[in-house]
Amino acid sequence: MTEINNQIVIIGGGHNGLVCASYLAKAGKQVTVLEAAGQVGGAAITREFAPGFKVSAGAHLLFMLDKTVCKELSLESAGLSFSQQNMTSTALAEDGNHLMIAGDSLQGANISSADQAAMKEYRRFMNRFAGIINRLNNRIPPRVGTKNRSDWIGLAKTALDVRMLGRDDMREFLRIAGINIYDILQENFENPLLKGALSLDGVLGTNLGPRSNNSVFCALHRLSGLQGMAVPRGGMGAVSNTLAMVAKQHGATIRTSATVSRILMDGDRVSGVELQDGEQITARTVVSNADPKKTFFDLLGARNLEAGFARRIQNIRMRGNVAKLHLALDGVPDFNGLNQNQLADRLLIAPDLDYVERAFNHSKYGEYSVKPVAEISIPSLHDDSLAPPGKHVLSAVVQYAPYQLKAGWSEEKAVLTDKVIDLLAAYAPGIRSQLVHKELLTPVDIENEFRISGGHWHHGELAIDQFLMLRPVPHSAQYASPVNGLFLCGAGSHPGGGVMGSAGRNAAHAVLGAKDIEGENS
Amino acid sequence: MSQINQDDKVKPIDFSTKAHYLTKAFRSPFYSRQEPLNHLKEWGRWADYLSPHAYTCSGIEYFAARNACTVFDLTPMTKYHISGKDALPFLNRLVTRDVSKIKPGRVGYCCWCDDAGQVIDDGTIFHLSENTYRLCSQERHMDWLMTNTLGFDVLLSEETHNVAALALQGPTSCATLKRMGLDGIENMKLFDIRHFNFEDTQLMVSRTGFTGYLGYELWIDPEHAEVLWDRLFEAGNLHGIKPMGDEALQMLRVEAGFIQAAHDFMPANATIRTGHTRSPFELGLGWLVDFKKPVFNGRRALLEEKKRGHRYNLVKLDIDGNKPGCDSYVFTKNKKRVGTVTSATWSPSAKASVALASLEAPHGKPGEELLVEIYYQKELKWSRVMAKARVVKEVFFDPPRKRQTPPADF
Repeated sequence: MTEINNQIVIIGGGHNGLVCASYLAKAGKQVTVLEAAGQVGGAAITREFAPGFKVSAGAHLLFMLDKTVCKELSLESAGLSFSQQNMTSTALAEDGNHLMIAGDSLQGANISSADQAAMKEYRRFMNRFAGIINRLNNRIPPRVGTKNRSDWIGLAKTALDVRMLGRDDMREFLRIAGINIYDILQENFENPLLKGALSLDGVLGTNLGPRSNNSVFCALHRLSGLQGMAVPRGGMGAVSNTLAMVAKQHGATIRTSATVSRILMDGDRVSGVELQDGEQITARTVVSNADPKKTFFDLLGARNLEAGFARRIQNIRMRGNVAKLHLALDGVPDFNGLNQNQLADRLLIAPDLDYVERAFNHSKYGEYSVKPVAEISIPSLHDDSLAPPGKHVLSAVVQYAPYQLKAGWSEEKAVLTDKVIDLLAAYAPGIRSQLVHKELLTPVDIENEFRISGGHWHHGELAIDQFLMLRPVPHSAQYASPVNGLFLCGAGSHPGGGVMGSAGRNAAHAVLGAKDIEGENS
Repeated sequence: MSQINQDDKVKPIDFSTKAHYLTKAFRSPFYSRQEPLNHLKEWGRWADYLSPHAYTCSGIEYFAARNACTVFDLTPMTKYHISGKDALPFLNRLVTRDVSKIKPGRVGYCCWCDDAGQVIDDGTIFHLSENTYRLCSQERHMDWLMTNTLGFDVLLSEETHNVAALALQGPTSCATLKRMGLDGIENMKLFDIRHFNFEDTQLMVSRTGFTGYLGYELWIDPEHAEVLWDRLFEAGNLHGIKPMGDEALQMLRVEAGFIQAAHDFMPANATIRTGHTRSPFELGLGWLVDFKKPVFNGRRALLEEKKRGHRYNLVKLDIDGNKPGCDSYVFTKNKKRVGTVTSATWSPSAKASVALASLEAPHGKPGEELLVEIYYQKELKWSRVMAKARVVKEVFFDPPRKRQTPPADF
């Protein structure tokens, strides 16, 4: 019995599942991670998309990795290294007069001194506010309305954090946290290129336009890693591989190509999982790195849940609105006005705020953007393991591309691919002639490849009503689900998406401190 | 995921014949027979229907129900048709009791909760045939039932308007139905369902009711409503049959100790204020909660409640004097306020002022002496009495005939 109690199955070897596995294995648990794909990593992988060309197929920049996780799991001494760090963001202008944003300093695009001063103040308060979210990230969210002491302490800590901002900053924080980034940027800046580029902080990976409320919150969440943009050496897969290695060192077993088809129940608690080939693995604790809809509906079954909870899970907003473009190029692409050094920056196509908002408009009606926004990285410039010598890979996050495209994705995918290449060609006229291979992942492809319901990168929209004790929904926001023995550890839980690992770490702590609700038959 | 389908066997309602746009309420399929009998010409409203408070005098109707038999129009009661492969697991997750124990041809009383273990409503499940059920309740629940279909292969439809129903209650009810030609009616046990051929259609009879006495409920298609009424009154003529309205029913059900949504508890999904709802344990319905089922709505919360203890007790009070203690506060002998009366009536059969009351736990143990603060009016002059009351265990009216099979003739 003790042995069974000690066994833990983790469904999904994404970065959070692997982090969770490390912590649980470290605590002496017998952990088995079951990954459906042929390699670990979930949406943080490096994979070949054309012979000799490799790319970070899901997330392509690292800027939120939990520093506590890094330290506690000694990821850097385990071999995690970076080909680029503290990347400059370059807002591209068609005429080549680009704007470089490095921290709070601005260069180019005839930027005014007023904007330069405003940028220092903007970074100051945004980083300060992001710090509040940062301190929430690696805590188990407190519950509201309980008499539990640790819940009260958790709530009080956050309230104190906000109060400690001082009168003026607290007022500003409370004013802007729930509103839209369009207004905030209009209040602070003049330069359209700057405003367009900064607005992406609030909308990348989401279902929001700059004028949608919650976009300031998303920007703060994105900044809450309190670190610069980086590209791991070997692509994002390197992060996952390092995590897997650490997990194994701590004694976890990791199985790939092991697709869990359902979670098994014994009375009112989980008893293990069944794989697609029929194999059953017994465990009194099952931790799911899959998104909440997949976990509760596809793997557990809605009928094993109480109806109010099932309704909440069904109502989680999680429809992807992002496509991912991968290009294999037979040379260094030539972007107007960028030298090769600058080319390795994080390149942004978001010429002004209204451009971004217009791009979003289409998606509200089930259409993709006629003129999309893009976040581009050419990681092969600093990492020769990704492409053959002299050749390069370009990776771009492209918005907006709704999961439920009115016209359907089967034919429109090729059309959008062409449109995005046309868009790039406006900045890098020769790029078409350098094309060796192209790949576009629509939200439907993302759903299929990474097994994320709705193809939403964050396993659920990031928004104040889906954050902290509301993520994914009340009664599972402390990682323990309403089903005894079943836990969540993925991005669908607090603190959400982005390659952080915080959810995995928090979940491990929740698993280790958990108690069942005992029924008459348990 | 499950699809919610309308059962295509259910006929659409022809609203053009209902004239509801003139009256703002439906007329029952029995209206043509009720209308001339309704001497008071007063109509109340029950859900979407006109429903008489009383036809002549609620007192007379009450005594008819206890000494002869009465006909009460049940048509407005909410009725849902639930069928399909997963009908049983669907119901088992919905309600707190084990529905698999309700065999085909049987009726079971039940209640259902939200996730917080608070009662949404109580009602009856009719197991019509294998995988086919009817759920009857006071309140409307389509939204909650549809929410509950997620993950289940069930057909769910509301059939309130498609079934005409009468409750025939009282000691002569069996004799009346026998005279009407329902052979073998006397062999029906409490909670049995039988089908009879009647006027070229099928008449469904269940030995159920809301009066706590011998009684039956009759279910038929609305086209045969009038002929059913006529045949029933013809057969019941010598058995003292009378039509009965809602006022008499309230007296009868309180005597019988039956609770009613929105009277004795607030339906949880229609309640805004926290703490104003009740769990099954707090309504004396703990016997309906079966924790052996691995999952049902409210299970986790109710397990916690069992551990923590519940907040309220719903009790029956026997109050001194003859003033019904409607809407009264209940005090301990030391004048500490511990609850309120939720339903009350003068019970002519028990010759007592009786009430249902919700008391803060741990108050409400049988035998506990309490005070009920009753305000009453005589010709516009108000008076107040602190009436002594005792918590009683047994219901106020519980004759053996209620359960006898065959029931004693009258």
